[in-house]
Parts: sequence; structure tokens; C-alpha cells
Amino acid sequence: MSASAEAHSPELQHHFDSMEQQRSASTLGMWAFVAQELMFFGGLFTAYLVYRYLYPIGFELGSAQLDIKLGGFNTAVLLASSFTMAMAVWAAQTGKKKVLLWMLIATLALGAVFLGVKYVEYSAKIEHHLVPGYNFESDSPYAGQIKMFMALYFAMTGMHALHMVVGFGLLLFYIYHAAKGRYTPEYSHPIELFGLYWHFVDIVWIFLFPLLYLLGRA
Amino acid sequence: MSEHHIVTPKTYITIIAFLFALTAATVWVAFQHFGDPWNDVIAIGIALTKATLVVLFFMHVKWSERTTKLAVILAVLFLVVLLLITMSDFLTRGWLGVPGS
Repeated sequence: MSASAEAHSPELQHHFDSMEQQRSASTLGMWAFVAQELMFFGGLFTAYLVYRYLYPIGFELGSAQLDIKLGGFNTAVLLASSFTMAMAVWAAQTGKKKVLLWMLIATLALGAVFLGVKYVEYSAKIEHHLVPGYNFESDSPYAGQIKMFMALYFAMTGMHALHMVVGFGLLLFYIYHAAKGRYTPEYSHPIELFGLYWHFVDIVWIFLFPLLYLLGRA
Repeated sequence: MSEHHIVTPKTYITIIAFLFALTAATVWVAFQHFGDPWNDVIAIGIALTKATLVVLFFMHVKWSERTTKLAVILAVLFLVVLLLITMSDFLTRGWLGVPGS
């Protein structure tokens, strides 16, 4: 039996020659997706930068409405979830199926904590009449500028939270298949590629936290 | 083709420790008075450092193929173009008077 006639993995798609080629092609594809995600969030960050430049005072006043403790806590939670995700990738690559399953569940749990805190924060904003287009009220002379800050706050954190919800759904899929033992060192790249998505969403938050929560505190 | 590199838990633990420390640092810095642009410059510097650590180690770009590295660099480059071209408009609007007004 020659090397080429070697029984190949059932996970090998017919249009690839080898698992290595499949891994390498899908990794590049995932990065192309992440690149367009960066462009997508880039538009929001550009809008932020323009209005931050035009409305420096309103942005400081708006930022003061946000809770640093909750934002900081969520930053730590999301970083921790990136760590458990990275550990899940390691477990998949080394064939530790139990560790993989538990690390994915830990990532899911931390993602849920993040979204829970976000729910508490949004509820407070609704209560304090800080939601543009819904119930925004302010007697500040900079009301219009604060309103723009809050609009960007909801657009940016809302779009980020939507990505978390999508990641949450995908995680359930991967947890289901990990529980059935589908991922092996040879077929670990679905976990690696999902990791790229999860870490990207983490990176977006790494920038959102200082830009939204930490203005004008000195 | 290079052998697929497996990053060990030891590396991940080191990186997450740095990320937590930098998060604490960015909160601390926000409450210090460094003068006008410097608080922002330091905050962005810390965020870029954190993002770089995530990209290189958690996302394995340090060990990835050249095509992947190229995709990452191009993505960041296009973002820089978007930000630079936009701000080259807004930052320079007050530089010249408007004729007739």
C-alpha cells in the first residue's frame, strides 16, 4: 500500500489533496473574513474618531455616564474567555477531548457573564434616559454632543454584543460536536478557526473599553 | 511546508497574565494627569500592545504561514488608510480660510 493510497480522514473535503492543505486554505479564508470584519468595525471606529475630535467635551461628559467597574470587569471576563478559548485550541490539537469540551463550556460561560453584565449596563442606560431615539433626555448645554456619544456607544457595543451572541450560538455547535468526540489532532482546525473569530471579538473590546469608558477621568 | 506549530498552555498563561496587567494599567493611567494628548496616546498604546499580543500568540500569527501574515498586515493597513484619509480631512479643515466668507 503506497503512501497516497493511505486511508484518508473522513473529514477531508474532496477538493483538497490533504488535511494539511485543507487546514492551510481554510485558515487563510478565515483570516479574509476577519479582515472584512476589521473593515466593518473600522467604519464605526472612524465615526467615533471624527466625533470625538469634533465634540471633545460632550464625549467626556458622555463617558462619565458609563460604569468603569462594570466595563473593567467585563474586559477581564472577555480576556479570560479568550484564554479558555486558546486552551481549547491547544486541547483540540493535542487530542485531549475532555479538556477541549470543558474549555469550550468555560468560554461559553464567560461569554454569558459578559452578556449578562451588558444587560445590566443597558438597563441602567434606559433607566437614566440615555438611549438616543428611545428616551434620551439631558439638560446639559452639551446635550446634543452627549447624545452623539451615547449613539456611538450603543452602535459599537451593540454590534460587539451581537458578535458575542453569534459566537455563543457557534460555541453551542462546537460543544455538541466536541462532546461527540469529532475533533482530533488531525481535524482540529474548526476549533482553531472559531478561536480566530472569538479572539477578534475580544480585540474589538480591547479598544472599545478605553475609548468609551475611560475618557476625561484624570 | 512548515510543521504545524502547537502553542503550549505555558505561553497562553504568560500572555493572559500580561493582558490582565495591561488592563489594570490602562485603568490606572486613565485616572492620572499626563496632559492633553498623552492620556489618549498611552491608552491607545496599551490597547495596541494588548491587541498585538492576542494576534501573535492567541491567534498564532507568530507561527503562521506567510500568506496568513500578509492577510493580517493588509487588513491593518486598510484600516490605517481609512482612518488617515478621513482624519486628513477633519484635522485640516481650519487651516485655510474660506474665500469669500
